[in-house]
Amino acid sequence: MAATIKPGESYGFFTDTSICIGCKACEVACKEWNQLEGNEPKFLADSYDNTGQLDDQNWRHVKFIDDVPAQSADAGNGKAFLMMSDVCKHCKHASCMDVCPTGAIIRTEFDTVFIQQDACNGCRNCIAACPYSVISLNPKTGTAHKCTLCYDRLQGGLQPACAKACPTQSIQFGLLGDLHTAADNRLASLHSQGITQAQLYGRDDTVYGGLNAFFLLMDKPETYGLPNADNAKLPTRNDVGGYLAALVTAVIGVIAGIVAFRRRGTS
Amino acid sequence: MIYLAAEHFVRAPQWTWYILGYFFFAGLTGGSYAVATLLRLVGDPRDEPAARVGFYASFVALLFCPLLLTIDLGASWWKFWHMLIDVTPGDQGLNFKYWSPMSVGVWTLLIFALFPTVSALESFVLDRRARSAAADSSGSRFRTVDAPAGPPGGVLGRAFNIVGGVLALFIASYTGVLLSVSNQPIWSDTWMLGGLFLASGLSGSAALIALLTRYRPDAAFSLGRLHEADGYFSILEIVLLVAFFITIGAAGSAGLTLSFLPLWLLALVGIGASLFVARGHMRIRPGGGGSAVIARAGTDTLVVSVLVLLGVLALRAAVIFSAQ
Repeated sequence: MAATIKPGESYGFFTDTSICIGCKACEVACKEWNQLEGNEPKFLADSYDNTGQLDDQNWRHVKFIDDVPAQSADAGNGKAFLMMSDVCKHCKHASCMDVCPTGAIIRTEFDTVFIQQDACNGCRNCIAACPYSVISLNPKTGTAHKCTLCYDRLQGGLQPACAKACPTQSIQFGLLGDLHTAADNRLASLHSQGITQAQLYGRDDTVYGGLNAFFLLMDKPETYGLPNADNAKLPTRNDVGGYLAALVTAVIGVIAGIVAFRRRGTS
Repeated sequence: MIYLAAEHFVRAPQWTWYILGYFFFAGLTGGSYAVATLLRLVGDPRDEPAARVGFYASFVALLFCPLLLTIDLGASWWKFWHMLIDVTPGDQGLNFKYWSPMSVGVWTLLIFALFPTVSALESFVLDRRARSAAADSSGSRFRTVDAPAGPPGGVLGRAFNIVGGVLALFIASYTGVLLSVSNQPIWSDTWMLGGLFLASGLSGSAALIALLTRYRPDAAFSLGRLHEADGYFSILEIVLLVAFFITIGAAGSAGLTLSFLPLWLLALVGIGASLFVARGHMRIRPGGGGSAVIARAGTDTLVVSVLVLLGVLALRAAVIFSAQ
């Protein structure tokens, strides 16, 4: 972990889902620090989850992924949950930044992705682009909201609230290089114990150039609702193809118009 | 289509009614200007009244565009100008991102707005002058007059129309590209949306101008040509529609749009209506066909034009709502 938090360095989260206990302390700490009112409590009839998703009021969300056969002594008698404290991934190649037309979404001096509330005008292009369903519009402010990686705390030399509150150190905050080392060691340890399904997500550059908030998962990414490397594509991949198809259509359309309208001595 | 992602975990951006309205009017303002420019530049001198109808239609449709886009921003409507000006400390200045269709589209809309405005104003002045001349010669203000012999404005006027026409084609099409440049299912699974919206916008605009000739008898000369053009645009639209369904089918997201079958059917009815009224006008057989002169727009033109315009709206609604 970083002793002091300095601008110009890359910071992030390493979330080890293998030791998440689903206590939601991260959700509470996040709401407390960021003064998020939260949504009206709802009974979702789905595990122990009552927030449901990441949105403008939930910048941390503990996912409970059900229907996983238990592999302990009580196999056959119950189910296990995969638990994961989800958050903005602060992608190196961020889809939201890619499409934001106003320049409201910036990369901070801590190498995190931040939405400037005074610049955002609520066009929602970032929502259409984010492949992790992280960003949501706050109808009161008319602006897009998501995890700031506690930008204000970092500026004050404090680690993010969620990492500070996590009782199992499932959420670790620090310099990206240090976190990579910690993740590699943890993965090696799990593999040596025979837990071969454990894998790192976002540790390398195969997903959006690498994620500043990356994960150790206990199953494949799709199980957690995360796009795998094959599906992790930037929105602007369709720029050239989309414009090309429009250009071809325009040329054919103009030719069609010329054929229909040209002077031909009709009386 | 190996570059297209098939599995999506995204949230819908809630682009709904205002955006649907914007896409509709963007298609019509761009399409009408393009069709009007073609009528003026490659058509018969007697096509000039219909061209002017197109410029008027383009201008009126344009008025809705910034209004709908601004209302859609909700509580942040007053920050619409952030699309154009970057206010980030240390990075202030004009905001143009060539890789973001929304950024390019806003700038193009801003520049394009000049063209329908000037062309509609020019048409108004020329129409008024012609009416005055007719009144002077006959004593009646309401007599139908012949159109000018050629496009007014000379080379500069033509150049102005051509530049406006190019921008118009962009305005009518970029909304589809904007949808594709996302990570939403259906939208990002195909490259066809820009072309599809353009073909649909051109078809709808030809139908709209044909409809409006009911109120301008001297423009009836162009009615057969407009039907003919509408037919060609509709054939192009069908081809792109097939390509659209093939691409989203290959990506595995076609099932999402099944619940919007009535909208797709309405879009097809519009296309079918275009082709129905265009039959006999289109030059499909070598050396045959060609648009006939129709005395005036009748009930069939009214019905078909309304169906085509409803189809234009339904197509955009089906695309927009399928992903959300």
